[in-house]
Amino acid sequence: MQPILEIQDLRVSFRMYDRGLAQRDLAVLSDLTLSVRPGEVVAVAGSSGSGKSLLASAILGLLPANATVGGEMRYKGEPLTQDRQKRLRGSEIALVPQSVQYLDPLMKVGPQADGHRSPRPVETRRRLFSRLGLPEGTEKLYPFQLSGGMARRVLVATALLADAQLLIADEPTPGMSLDQALEALRLFRGMADEGRAVVLITHDVDLAVAFADRVAVFYAGTTVEIAPAADFRAGAEALRHPYSQALWRALPQNGFVPIPGFQPYAGNLPRGCVFAPRCPRRTAACEAGVPPMRPVRGGEVRCLYGA
Amino acid sequence: MALEAKNVSFRYGRRGPFVLEDVSLRVERGERVALFAPSGRGKTTLALLLAGYARPQSGQILLEGKPLPETGVCPVQLIWQHPEKAINPRWRLRRVLEESGAIHEEDLVALGIERAWLDRFPRELSGGELQRFCVARALCSGAPYLILDEISTMLDGITQAQIWNALLEAAEARSLGLLAVTHNPALAQRIATRTVEL
Amino acid sequence: MRALANRRARVLALAILLAAVLAGVYALGLLIPEEAIAGSYLQAGQAPSLSHPFGTDALGRDLLLRTLKGLSTSMTVGIAASLISAGIAVLVGIASAIGSRRVDAGINWGIDLVMGVPHTILVMLISFALGRGLKGLLVGIAATHWCSLARLIRAEVLQLRGQPYVAVSRKLGKSSAWILVHHLLPHLMPQFLVGLILLFPHAILHEASVSFLGFGLPPEQPAIGIILSESMRYLSAGQWWSAVLPGAALVLLVLLVDRLGEQVRRVLDPWSAQE
Repeated sequence: MQPILEIQDLRVSFRMYDRGLAQRDLAVLSDLTLSVRPGEVVAVAGSSGSGKSLLASAILGLLPANATVGGEMRYKGEPLTQDRQKRLRGSEIALVPQSVQYLDPLMKVGPQADGHRSPRPVETRRRLFSRLGLPEGTEKLYPFQLSGGMARRVLVATALLADAQLLIADEPTPGMSLDQALEALRLFRGMADEGRAVVLITHDVDLAVAFADRVAVFYAGTTVEIAPAADFRAGAEALRHPYSQALWRALPQNGFVPIPGFQPYAGNLPRGCVFAPRCPRRTAACEAGVPPMRPVRGGEVRCLYGA
Repeated sequence: MALEAKNVSFRYGRRGPFVLEDVSLRVERGERVALFAPSGRGKTTLALLLAGYARPQSGQILLEGKPLPETGVCPVQLIWQHPEKAINPRWRLRRVLEESGAIHEEDLVALGIERAWLDRFPRELSGGELQRFCVARALCSGAPYLILDEISTMLDGITQAQIWNALLEAAEARSLGLLAVTHNPALAQRIATRTVEL
Repeated sequence: MRALANRRARVLALAILLAAVLAGVYALGLLIPEEAIAGSYLQAGQAPSLSHPFGTDALGRDLLLRTLKGLSTSMTVGIAASLISAGIAVLVGIASAIGSRRVDAGINWGIDLVMGVPHTILVMLISFALGRGLKGLLVGIAATHWCSLARLIRAEVLQLRGQPYVAVSRKLGKSSAWILVHHLLPHLMPQFLVGLILLFPHAILHEASVSFLGFGLPPEQPAIGIILSESMRYLSAGQWWSAVLPGAALVLLVLLVDRLGEQVRRVLDPWSAQE
């Protein structure tokens, strides 16, 4: 089946001022690969600051003016140009933004969620609000009267109302209780089951894998592994990349044991594999060059030794 | 030896709905309490009240039986969910730490803070790294009680485990009283000696 | 190559160029002796030529030299007035934001009052009350131009005070004064700087207009406003240059400074800093 979204070797860099007058290009995403097929929920997990949210901005064309984008993005087989992004976002491609500050502070959240559609989808919206556990009367509140978790649920409802073919959800669950988060994820799953697609960017790996078909693991601005979600449920041994394994083992329910060290900075990345400095299986070959993505057991891994 | 909220009620403004109504809670020193509640139930507000950032309309916040001191270093320190807002964006991180007094080398090591980070500006570090600084700042202040408002919600699993392991070690060694707001039952089980539902 | 053309470099170049122009005009104004602009009736009302690029006025005085001297006077007034005005704005803005509700209300009332009366009229009144001349004009302009900047600074301080890191600082035992100096003031620097630069063109335009109307500097002082006011009488005699050229010089100066302020704002503003 043709993927609804295809991303090949995406590069994003920012032109930043250094000290004084000098400028340099800071590569924040590099060699990023991801594809999403209709009917799929693809979870994007990985380290904080690995560029997960930037991916969302890149897909929707919402990067700031000092960003340069390279590589290829295709939506339904056609290149995703800036013009097309502008046309599609909000209708065919919807976003659940990460920050609750994306709500208009001067507009009650009910009409805000309805948007410019006419007639206003009042009934559908009320059903969504109540499914997400928003108390009756929430629609008449202004954003500042909502708690963080409520605002997130309003954002989720707003994005679902767009009736889009592709939904990009950027950290939709923080602040929600477990039940509410599960309900939101169930809504996403239902959307995918109707033949549409969801990219779910999240830290809550354990929650996400219960609903996702595949998981893309990000580290330092690139994809290090793409695995069937079942492998995440199976355990660290089923995963292919040492970072994914370390991430799995660090989760509270799986041992809570962190590996030492920290993610390298954009602009200060190692020459070879980005994970090499922290990797227990590092060899000289890892430091020589960036390993390519290669297929392993129905997934993909960017590691010379992942199996 | 405890931090307590006694029949606390709070609302924003004079006519807003009550965010907290008649809530009581007690955290002993050496105890680690996980606080669960559905969103919109006033967890963050309770955290703010306990750390002295706001005052309840009725009820009391008591530390060792007395109200929280108004001046000086507050013996109850709050660590915020969004570290980037709790750090002055124009300050180098060394200065951020120094604001709470002397920098303790062993806290930096335990939290995995690199020496080189001290000379950087906040925008040059990721959320996970900044949160380590917020934790270090709270620990360096010497406060016996820490309130942690979903401090690792926005962090990846490895960073979360790093920060929490360091925190738990410090809490053990200094017999701190911790109150952690969280939504993650697995995390609560790891970190808490007791859980409370609001 | 690219580094030569980026915005920071352009702003720096513009700032240096402008500083050079300002310093040049200012120095020339000071250096030109009174005798050099003493007129001679033999040369009265000449059109621009090589020896008198701006022409001469009805009294035979060289208009280029007079314009330079006039601009130099205007700049003295402009710089001094904007500095004082920006200083007032910072003090008032901060006091309003961190003072009690009553202080805030009082200050806002004062701001509304000053803004409610047209600047020109207020400057004229104050200048007139203080016996005109340099002092009256300076006080008049300084006392009327701080309002919008003060409002901006008040809003900025209110917004900063709500930041978690300021609240954290307080809980770490820091006093209000300490927080003001270490957390708040450094954040206000960019606002202050941009506000200061943008006040300058306003100040000199008001100086010129009030002097033009006869309520500012005395007629013997070669201020731009005076030159323009005198030239009005001879416009009908076809002496266009005596109004157009000094006026154009003033407009050019004002536009340059305004441009600079706008560029500095974009470099300092985090929203556009990386463009």
